[in-house]
Amino acid sequence: MTENTNTPPRRGIPLRTQIVIWILLIGLLAIIAIELNRSQRGTVQPGEAIRDFTLPLYSGYEYEGQNEIRLSDLRGKVVFINFWASWCKPCEQEAPELVKAWEYYKPGGQVVFLGVDYVDTEPAARIYMKKFKITYPNGPDLGTRLAQLFRIKGVPETYFIDQNGALQYVQIGPFTSLQQIQSIIEPMLKK
Amino acid sequence: MFAEIGYGILAITFVIALYSVGAAIYGDRKKSSAIVESARRAMLLTWPLISLSAGTLIYLLITNHFEVSFVYEVTSRSMPTYLKVTAWWGGQAGSLVFWSWLMSAFASLVTLRKWDRDREFLPWVIVITSITTAFFLGLVIFYANPFTRFWQSLDGKIVTSMFAPLNAIAFFPQDGRGLNPLLRHPGMIIHPPLLYLGFVSFVIPYAFAMAALITGRTDDRWIRLTRRWTLWAWLFLSLGLVVGGRWAYDVLGWGGYWGWDPVEIAAFMPWLTGTAFLHSVMIQEKRGLLKHWNMILIILTYALVLFGTFLTRSGVLSSVHAFAQSAIGPAFFVFIGATFITSIALVIYRWPELRSETEMKSMLSREALFLLNNLLFMSILVVSFWGVIFPLISELTTGQKITVGPPFYERATGPLFAGLMFLMGIAPLSAWGNSTIFTLGRALWKSAVAALLIAVFLFFTATKNILALVGFFLIAFVLLVTLVEFWRTARARQKTQNENFFAALLNLIGRNRRRHGGYIIHLSMMLMAIGILGIEVFQVQTQGTIAVGQSLSLSGYSIQFKSLASWDDTPKGVNYTRAVVDIYKDGTFLGQLAPRKDYYFDSQQNMTIPGVRSTLKDDVYVLLVDWQPASANGATFKVFVNPLVNWLWIGTIVFLFGILIAAWPEREADYALAHSKNKAYEPSSAD
Amino acid sequence: MRRPAGLSGVYFEDRFNYDSLRDVLRQVMAGAENTTEHGMWSHEMKNQLRVMLYTLTIALILAALWVVKASAQNPTPTDDEVNRIAHQLYCPVCENTPLDFCPTEACRQWRDLIRQQLSQGWTEDQIKQYFAEQYGARVLAEPPRTGLNWLVYILPPVIILAGAFLLFRMLRAWTKPPAASSAAGSAKEAAQDDYVARLEEELKKRK
Repeated sequence: MTENTNTPPRRGIPLRTQIVIWILLIGLLAIIAIELNRSQRGTVQPGEAIRDFTLPLYSGYEYEGQNEIRLSDLRGKVVFINFWASWCKPCEQEAPELVKAWEYYKPGGQVVFLGVDYVDTEPAARIYMKKFKITYPNGPDLGTRLAQLFRIKGVPETYFIDQNGALQYVQIGPFTSLQQIQSIIEPMLKK
Repeated sequence: MFAEIGYGILAITFVIALYSVGAAIYGDRKKSSAIVESARRAMLLTWPLISLSAGTLIYLLITNHFEVSFVYEVTSRSMPTYLKVTAWWGGQAGSLVFWSWLMSAFASLVTLRKWDRDREFLPWVIVITSITTAFFLGLVIFYANPFTRFWQSLDGKIVTSMFAPLNAIAFFPQDGRGLNPLLRHPGMIIHPPLLYLGFVSFVIPYAFAMAALITGRTDDRWIRLTRRWTLWAWLFLSLGLVVGGRWAYDVLGWGGYWGWDPVEIAAFMPWLTGTAFLHSVMIQEKRGLLKHWNMILIILTYALVLFGTFLTRSGVLSSVHAFAQSAIGPAFFVFIGATFITSIALVIYRWPELRSETEMKSMLSREALFLLNNLLFMSILVVSFWGVIFPLISELTTGQKITVGPPFYERATGPLFAGLMFLMGIAPLSAWGNSTIFTLGRALWKSAVAALLIAVFLFFTATKNILALVGFFLIAFVLLVTLVEFWRTARARQKTQNENFFAALLNLIGRNRRRHGGYIIHLSMMLMAIGILGIEVFQVQTQGTIAVGQSLSLSGYSIQFKSLASWDDTPKGVNYTRAVVDIYKDGTFLGQLAPRKDYYFDSQQNMTIPGVRSTLKDDVYVLLVDWQPASANGATFKVFVNPLVNWLWIGTIVFLFGILIAAWPEREADYALAHSKNKAYEPSSAD
Repeated sequence: MRRPAGLSGVYFEDRFNYDSLRDVLRQVMAGAENTTEHGMWSHEMKNQLRVMLYTLTIALILAALWVVKASAQNPTPTDDEVNRIAHQLYCPVCENTPLDFCPTEACRQWRDLIRQQLSQGWTEDQIKQYFAEQYGARVLAEPPRTGLNWLVYILPPVIILAGAFLLFRMLRAWTKPPAASSAAGSAKEAAQDDYVARLEEELKKRK
C-alpha cells in the first residue's frame, strides 16, 4: 500500500491477460508432467499395444529374401525382437545363447528372430554378427524409431510378441542360458 | 543403529517443520504473537536437528558402513576421509539432506534477527521457509532416503529398505562403489555446495516477497530487508557457475568450460533473473518504480531455482550432470506446480497495489537503461529457456528427439551479451531521473574514441575477425568508461577533501559501496569477457598420434612426446598413465607438461587430466587421448591453444572482490542517496 | 533406401579381415548401382564413380597390406579432419556429448566411421545427413530447419521483439506523464548537470 496520494486509479490485470498467463502456465506444467510421466515409465509392458513397424534389414541378413520386415506380416508366429549393439559388452555375453536358440527354433518355422541394431555402425555390426555367427534377420534401427517405439532403456533388451501380435514378455539385460529363452517361448508356442 | 537414528531425527524434523508452518498461519490468524513465537522456535529447532542427522550420515560415510546403500554408492575403502565427507552431496539422497540443511540454516539465520519493526512479515517468512524445508525433508524421508540398508532374504535376493523385511538378514558388502572420479576433483567438491548456497539463499528474498504480497505491505520494505541476502545469494550462484566452469576445464577434457548443456543452463537461468533483479531493485529503491516487475523477477528467480533442480533431479533431462533416474519426480512436480500457481495468483491479486510512485522522465535516464538491461537479461532467459524446453515439446509432438546445442545459443545470445556490454558502458554515466543524448555523449565520447582506436590497433596488429573486434571494442569501452569514472570522482574528492588520490579513491568506494562494488563487478565481467572471447573466437586444436621423439605443432607451439609410464597406486585404487611432453615455442624450450589418464578401479571410470601451461596470453592444453600399451612408442594427443582464457579466472577474483565490497555488512545505510521524496529513512536491513 | 556403404575396420589390425573387405567392396559396388537405378547419378558421374571405386579398391588393398605390415599410422583423413566433423555431431547414446571428445567405445566407432566416409570422399553435409538418418535428428547440434523445428528459431526473436515493443510503449507512456503528476520535487534535479548533481550528493553524504 503506497502512501502516495497521487497514484492513478487502481487497475488490476485485464482478464484477458490473466487468462493468457494461466494458459501459458498450465501449458508449461502439462508439458513437464507428460515428459515426467514419460521418463518415469519404463519400457513398453505386456498388454500395451505395439504399433506396427517395418525394419530395413542388412544385406545377407534378409527375412525370406526380403530386405525389409513388417511386424504385421508375422501374425501367427512368435516374434523375438532383440535390441543390441556392437559396442555393448553384455550383448556379447548373450549372443551365443541367442544363436543357440535360433538354431533350435529355426527348423520349426514357428518363431521369427529379429535383431535390431541400436545406434551402431554397419561395419562394426557386421564384424560382430560374423564373430558370433549370427544368421537370423538383422537390421539397423534407423533414427532410433523402434527404440522409441519400445521405449528401450538400454541394450540388450528383448521383446516377445505372440501369434496375435500382442507383447507377452520383456527381458531387460542379457539372457544367461538357452533354457531361459526356451522357458519363455515354449508356453507361447503352446497357445 | 546409526541409520535408524539419522532417519528418525529427519522424520521428527519433518513433523516439526510442518508444525512450524501450521502454527505460523494459525498465529497470524489469531493475532497471537505467542503462537507465532512458538512457530519461530520450532523453525529454529530444525537446523540443529538436521545437523545431527547429517552428522550421523557423515559418520556412516567415513566409517565404511557399506550396508547403508547410500554409503555403498558414493564411497569406497580406498577414498581418503575428506572425500568421504564430501561424498555427502555426491549422490541424490545425500545432496537432498544437504539442501534441507542449508535451507534450515538460512531460515534460522533470518528468523534470528530482530523483528520488532516487521512483525507482520514474520509469520509468512516462517511459513514459506518452513514449507520449503519440510518439502525437501519429505523428499528425503519418502522418496530418496540415504539411510536405507541392504537386506538379504532367504532366497539370496538383496533388497534395500529402511527396516528389515520379513525373514531377511542384514547384508554387508565388502566395499563400496566409490564416488564418481569426476566428482573427486576439488572444483567439483565446492561447485555443488556453492550452487546450492546460491539456490537456497534466493529462497529468503522470495519468502519476504511473498510475505509482502500476503500481508499487503507492498512498499519496498521487503526489498530493503533482503537486499544483502540477494547479493550473497548472487555471489554464491555466480561463484558456483564459475567454479563449475573451472572444473569442466580441468577434468572434462574438452578444452572448454561451458558447453550449453541443459543442466548448465538450468543453473544459469536463475542467475540471469537474479542479475536482472539486482539491477531493477535499485530503480524501485531510488525511484519507486517497477514494483510489479521486481516481484515478478524474484518469483521467477525462485521458480527457476526450483525448476532447474527439478529438471536435473527428476530424470526429465538427461545429461552428464544429471542424477540418475529417481523417484522424487512426481512429488517435486506437485510442489513446483503449487508454488508457481500460488505465486502468480498472489501477484495478480495484489497487482493494483503495486503501482509506481513516480514517473519516468527520460528514455536515457538510468532507470530507462536499467529497464533495457532487464530486457536483455530476459531475452537471454527466453533463448535459454526455450532451448531447454523445446526438445521436450518436440519429443511430445513429433516423437523425435532433438538436440539444441551450442551453435544455437551462441548465435542467439551473442548479440544480447554485446548489448549488455554496451549498456554497462553507458549506464554508469547516465543519471537517475534524467539524461539527454547531449549529456551522455559529452561524458562518453572520449572513451568511445579511445576504445575505437584500440579496436583499430588490434585490427592492424592482431586480428581481422570482426566478432573479436566488436567484442574488444566493447570491452575496452566499458573498461575505459568505468575506470575514468573512478578516476574523475576520486579526483574531485581529492580536490575538495585534500586527501591523496588513493585515500580519496578508497573513501569514495567506502561511501557508496554498492555502486562502486557494482562498477568493480562490471570491470571483472569485462576481464572475464576477454577470456571468453579469446577461447570462443581464437581457440585452435589438433590431434595426432606420435611416437616418442616426434612432435605435434599448433600455432607456433611444438609439443614433443618424451615418455609414457603407467602404474598402479593400490592404496588409492587408481591406475595412472602419464605422458611427458616438452613444449617449445618457435624453437625455444618452455617447459614440460604431463597429461594423464587416471583409471579408478572401484567405479571403473576414466578421468582425463590435461597438462596445462597457462599464461596471460594463452593456455597450452594437452590431453592424452590414447596410447598403444604393447609397443609403448605411440600415443595420441589432443592439443588446444586457448588464447586469453586465463582472464576468465582473473576476472573471477576481481569479481569476488567487487561483490564483497558491495555486500559486506556496513553500519551506514547507503540508499539515502538520491532517494527523492521517500519519507523518513529507515536503516533496516536484514544483516 | 540408402545403405551405409561402410568399410570394415581397415585401419585397425585387430579388426582386419579379408572377407569383410571383399564384402565391403561388393557393397560399395552394389550401393553405387542401387543409386543409379534411382536415377540420381548421370552416366558421366557413374563413370567417374566407377573410376573412383576402382581407385578406392586399389587404395584399400594397398592400405590393407600396409596396415597388416606396419602398425597403424595416420591414414589419409587426419584426426583433425575427423574431429572437425565429429565436433558438430552429438553422441546418440550419451546425452549432450559432442562426438569428438566422447570417450566411449561406441563413439570411437563413430569417429572411425567418419574417417572412412571422409576417405571415401563424402562431404561434411553428406556425413551429417547420414548420421541424422541413421541415428535420428538428435545427433545434430541444432534441430534441422523443418516443420515444427522452425519454432525453435522463430519463437525467441518474436518474444524478444514483443518484449522490446512493450518496454518501448511503457517508456513512452511514462515519459509523457499527465501534467497532473507532481514532478516539481525532482524537476530541479533534472535541470542541473547530472554529473555535478551526483557529485554533490556524494559530498553531502559525507557530512
